[in-house]
Amino acid sequence: MSLMKVSATGLAILAVSALGAQARDQLQIAGSSTVLPYATIVAEAFGEQGTFKTPVVEGGGSGAGRAALCKGVGEDTIDIANSSSKIKQSDIDTCTANGVTEIMEIRIGYDGVVFASDFGGPDFALTSADVYAALGAQVVKDGALVANGAKAWADVNAALPAQEIMALIPGSKHGTREVFNQKVIEAGCKATGAYDLFLAASTGADDKAKDADAIKACDTLRGDGVVTEIDGDYTETLSRLAANKQAVGVFGLSFYENNTDKLKVASMDGIVPSTATIADGSYPVSRPLFMYVKKQHIGVVPGLQEYLDFFMSDDMVGPEGALVEYGLVSDPELAATQAAVKAGTLMEPLK
Amino acid sequence: MTNGPITAEPMAAPEQPRTTHSLFAPDKRTAMRNAQETRFRAYGLVAIVIALLALVWLLISIFSAGLPAFRQTFVEIPILLDAKVLDKAGHGDPAEMASVTTIGYGKLIGKALATEVEAKGIDIGAMTPKDLVGMVSENAAADLRDMVLANPKLLGTTVQFTALANGRIDGYFKGRVTMETAARDNNTSPEKLMLADKLVAAGMMEMRLNTGFLSMPDASDKRPEAAGLGVAIIGSLYMMAVVLCLALPIGVAASVYLEEFAPKNRWTDLIEVNIANLAAVPSIVYGILGLSFFINFAGLPQSAPIVGGLVLTLMTLPRIIIPTRAALKAVPPSIRDAALGVGASKLQTVTHHVLPLAMPGVLTGTIIGLAQALGETAPLLLIGMVAFVRDFPGAPLSGLFDPASALPVQIYNWTQRGDPGFVERASGAIIVLLVFLIVMNTAAIILRRRYERRW
Repeated sequence: MSLMKVSATGLAILAVSALGAQARDQLQIAGSSTVLPYATIVAEAFGEQGTFKTPVVEGGGSGAGRAALCKGVGEDTIDIANSSSKIKQSDIDTCTANGVTEIMEIRIGYDGVVFASDFGGPDFALTSADVYAALGAQVVKDGALVANGAKAWADVNAALPAQEIMALIPGSKHGTREVFNQKVIEAGCKATGAYDLFLAASTGADDKAKDADAIKACDTLRGDGVVTEIDGDYTETLSRLAANKQAVGVFGLSFYENNTDKLKVASMDGIVPSTATIADGSYPVSRPLFMYVKKQHIGVVPGLQEYLDFFMSDDMVGPEGALVEYGLVSDPELAATQAAVKAGTLMEPLK
Repeated sequence: MTNGPITAEPMAAPEQPRTTHSLFAPDKRTAMRNAQETRFRAYGLVAIVIALLALVWLLISIFSAGLPAFRQTFVEIPILLDAKVLDKAGHGDPAEMASVTTIGYGKLIGKALATEVEAKGIDIGAMTPKDLVGMVSENAAADLRDMVLANPKLLGTTVQFTALANGRIDGYFKGRVTMETAARDNNTSPEKLMLADKLVAAGMMEMRLNTGFLSMPDASDKRPEAAGLGVAIIGSLYMMAVVLCLALPIGVAASVYLEEFAPKNRWTDLIEVNIANLAAVPSIVYGILGLSFFINFAGLPQSAPIVGGLVLTLMTLPRIIIPTRAALKAVPPSIRDAALGVGASKLQTVTHHVLPLAMPGVLTGTIIGLAQALGETAPLLLIGMVAFVRDFPGAPLSGLFDPASALPVQIYNWTQRGDPGFVERASGAIIVLLVFLIVMNTAAIILRRRYERRW
């Protein structure tokens, strides 16, 4: 009876699955979608050399990657978490509770956050003050806070194009949004004087609480349809921008670099973003990218140390490396990081 | 009552002549009803036309975007495999030769291309050797290295090597990249496109069928031209195998028991209602179940086809049970009575008569359930199938535990990539998925037409 045979095969599969996984010979990496393209480029080149298998790289977001890293030690947990923001104390506590006590922090380079618009439109020369005045929920007018009613960029700053304000910014689950808030919105909030007014209006108990109140007020953006939060990734921002050519979108530098035929980048405080201006620190909106490595897996999962050395080699992240060609900003202190990776230096406790 | 003489008043002639009614000439009410029907038909027609237009528009947009993925630009380069460069030790031992990385092979390809271009008398203008390397896919170096390591005897000879052209050059021939966009593009330049035209004229570069799209693994953002569906197709096949091996026997056993053996009481009613409800549960819920049970509790590996298969099995089970029970119900009771009448046991009745007669319906339901499972993405997102996987999984059964991708998640994955070349790949993958689905559904229809009996 063929049905019997089929059932027997099914049972056999169940039996094998009950035995669980065999030894893992392939690295498992997860985390930030900003780091994902870099990680896949390195993984591909690493696997190509034929000594080890190509690592499996997953996206999912920085926070999800760190959470997966901290789940425990063993073959059913990941080896490396890619992250576009620094690890948090809460992550470290989870890690420690689950026995992940040895974490290496590797800074792979820097990533820029840029404003870009459709290439056919006018040029934008923005400052953080302009961006805040255009997008903040409450702005300063004649020394007092009023609800933001600016319609066109020219209303904010006469030097900007008379184009309707329409901004596509990353949603709050993205690491990019954090940088955008810190380096653009809060900077603009302080530059326009709105921060001081928020501070004065705050009813916080002490200076620290007042500062937190003011920052929170600064980060509140307009709710009248001018600001659109994009929860997907940059491809979604790009297609929204293609549909609405008036809009200005926020992108990662590498995404812009690979779509220069469609996008025109805006300068910020007079500096045009590029790998060079980010490396020398003159372009303000950038952030470091990290890998968090479970050191307890080095020597257990084959190829982990080799992958780290390969990733941090000059061929990949050096000033002429493959990732820099793709849009990563090389770390000026790369040599120190390379030495730390070789030595297996653990990360220092957070301040 | 008066007894007066009855004066016969002459009846007033009817003011209107009585309308005689021809059945051929419709009256007002009939005309209205007919008009109503005509309108209703027109609405139906409009609805069908809208649906068809949507389908046509969908197919046109997918095929126009996706068909180019099946053709690819290739460059033919004669390459002298210099033994001094590739085998410094000179032993012809692949293990020693593996020390030369793809970077070394990349340089070799660049040199060979420069020599060939010069030999053909093509003017490269102000282009540097590094620009020339940029004409060829970065994947070429890995392909050449694999070729040499697989056959070290090639050392010292000149091989005619067919390399993939860079994604932007390929895009130029497909109309995605123009001179105008290339001038703004950091990854290519109008000079490269002009050189590509010259290479085509010299017969070194041409567009041909790209079988690699079906056989090669995924590739990183830097080489969209090399990305293929190989790992995704194998992963999907493995998952379908798991679903078939588990869902079919379990589903059939459950249906036969419920339909033929189970007593009709409150419990079986409850089970019946729940099966119907399970068929309507959103698939993402099964993904969450798979993550918490199979991965976190049972400790099965992430990104493995076995987990995907198990999750899809759970999802497919009710979708197999419902049509199977319908097929069993459709077998007339007279057949059961006849079998029981000649002394067959209940089990014999079922296995010898009822089940064989219901089999076409069962298989049709199974195939349609499988087709639904094949196109399912949501539960796979949660169990780590949306990963960058380049190594092919091993042979079954242990290969079921190796990381793999799947067709629908590969499409999802490609739509998120930064390089515009992946848009074409994603649409091409949709075409492949559609072809699989059409084949499966056609098989289901043929089975039903051929073997289904009606009483």
